Amino acid sequence: MPAPIIVQDIHKKFGTVQALQNISFTVNEGELFGLIGPDGAGKSTLFRILTTLLLADKGQASVTGLDVVKDYKAIRRVVGYMPGRFSLYQDLTVAENLHFFATIFNTTVEANYELIEEIYVQIEPFKKRPAGKLSGGMKQKLALCCALVHKPAVLFLDEPTTGVDPVSRKEFWEMLQRLRKKGIAILVSTPYMDEAMLCDRVALIQNGELLNINPPQAIIRQFSKPLWAVRAKEMYRLIQDLRAFEDTDSCYAFGEHLHLTLKHGRERVDQLQAYLQPKQHEQFSMEPIEAGIEDCFMELMKSHR
Amino acid sequence: MQPIVTNALTKKFGDFTATNAITFEVKQGEIFGFLGANGAGKTTAMRMLCGLLRPTSGEARVAGYDVYTQADKVKRNIGYMSQRFSLYEDLKVKENIRFYGGIYGLGNEAIREKTRQLLQKLEMEAEADLLVSALPLGWKQKLAFSVAILHDPSIVFLDEPTGGVDPITRRQFWDLIYEAASRGVTVFVTTHYMDEAEYCDRVSIMVDGRIQALDTPRQLKAQFGADSMDDVFLKLARGK
Repeated sequence: MPAPIIVQDIHKKFGTVQALQNISFTVNEGELFGLIGPDGAGKSTLFRILTTLLLADKGQASVTGLDVVKDYKAIRRVVGYMPGRFSLYQDLTVAENLHFFATIFNTTVEANYELIEEIYVQIEPFKKRPAGKLSGGMKQKLALCCALVHKPAVLFLDEPTTGVDPVSRKEFWEMLQRLRKKGIAILVSTPYMDEAMLCDRVALIQNGELLNINPPQAIIRQFSKPLWAVRAKEMYRLIQDLRAFEDTDSCYAFGEHLHLTLKHGRERVDQLQAYLQPKQHEQFSMEPIEAGIEDCFMELMKSHR
Repeated sequence: MQPIVTNALTKKFGDFTATNAITFEVKQGEIFGFLGANGAGKTTAMRMLCGLLRPTSGEARVAGYDVYTQADKVKRNIGYMSQRFSLYEDLKVKENIRFYGGIYGLGNEAIREKTRQLLQKLEMEAEADLLVSALPLGWKQKLAFSVAILHDPSIVFLDEPTGGVDPITRRQFWDLIYEAASRGVTVFVTTHYMDEAEYCDRVSIMVDGRIQALDTPRQLKAQFGADSMDDVFLKLARGK
């Protein structure tokens, strides 16, 4: 059987803007595949091509072995799609939305209840509330239920957690992990780098091009530069001082630390310490650390600009 | 005078209490992180502080003005920027600046001077006549922030200013926040990125309409025995 999603050399242009170029990848059965990149990178365009809502200029793609151009009607019956913008009926209640989407696909909520049960029980207390009056996290759970109600073979989730708080995001990803175990292939996009770590493989996308496709751990291993976590009492002054140092390659805030790379790696750490000494930073510390996925993505972005 | 002072500030919608007796102060030049789960009451609280929504009970003074009786003065003396709505895409860069300058009551001379300064600071002189829709997202965000503080307000409200933005632009945006705060501008910011919570001087976390925690990130982590603000948030918001 062919892989659930096969993308070969897809290109798409809007006017003079090259939205996608040379996009090729495969998503395997039961794989949670992440498309990681900022707004405007081309993620939604790719989703729309794969869900047969938009035609590519060049290249081929298939979903469950069906061609996205020739077999568009058949594809629409077997995929679940959560678009980036909340697309349920705001004036229908939670229960009505679910029933509506089941009916469209010629099925019933009861027939596939087992698949959505774990998610639905969390929103069931609000089943009589109009969808438009739900909080952000609840809306996304309902949208996921509606995308699953016809037992799709492949799920397309376009930024399901944007604008969603950290607790709801965590719950949402726990649900995706469980769905994957049921054999559903999932293509999910996100601007949150921490979510990349929860995918089997990720593709980093920037300006319409894929920068890297790998398991997240492999992307992290590719980060070759020595990296330090630096902190002091006055972080804003420290960041300015570090950026003014001649051997500084990059210096970015990362939570309570700054992440620093130097042009000559470990060679000039002594010079850095001599440079910082007269500046008298209180509570100064500088420790070597392993890169995270966000460090890697920023490094890739810089080298592709 | 503190830029924000509230006392038991409350908003009810019917029998639902969206914001439940919140009491806090924000200091001059402080970066104050206002966190909470979706539906915890952040937006309602923020709208009351901006003079856009009349509270049900309690008190609030923003930039020295009472939110009940001087809502117009509050609006005039604050800056506001959100991820969803900030600039007009179909106006040019300089037209957006002019528009907001007019809204905030600046005269023609002041608008001309501010436009020059702003474009120079953002290194966008060459883009002055471009439509905002043609700008990359990162530039838009920086322009939106600069426009929000065009009239030199003492306090600026930022509602999820970095949602969906790439990691490098997100950090450049925080450089602007730090720079404004170092000039004495008070920054009131909401975010769902917990690493950004670490950049704030103090952070409050709302749960079910109440402020459940308020302190420096370091103190909050110590208080909850957590390694990161993400842990603090999960413990508070899930522990109900």
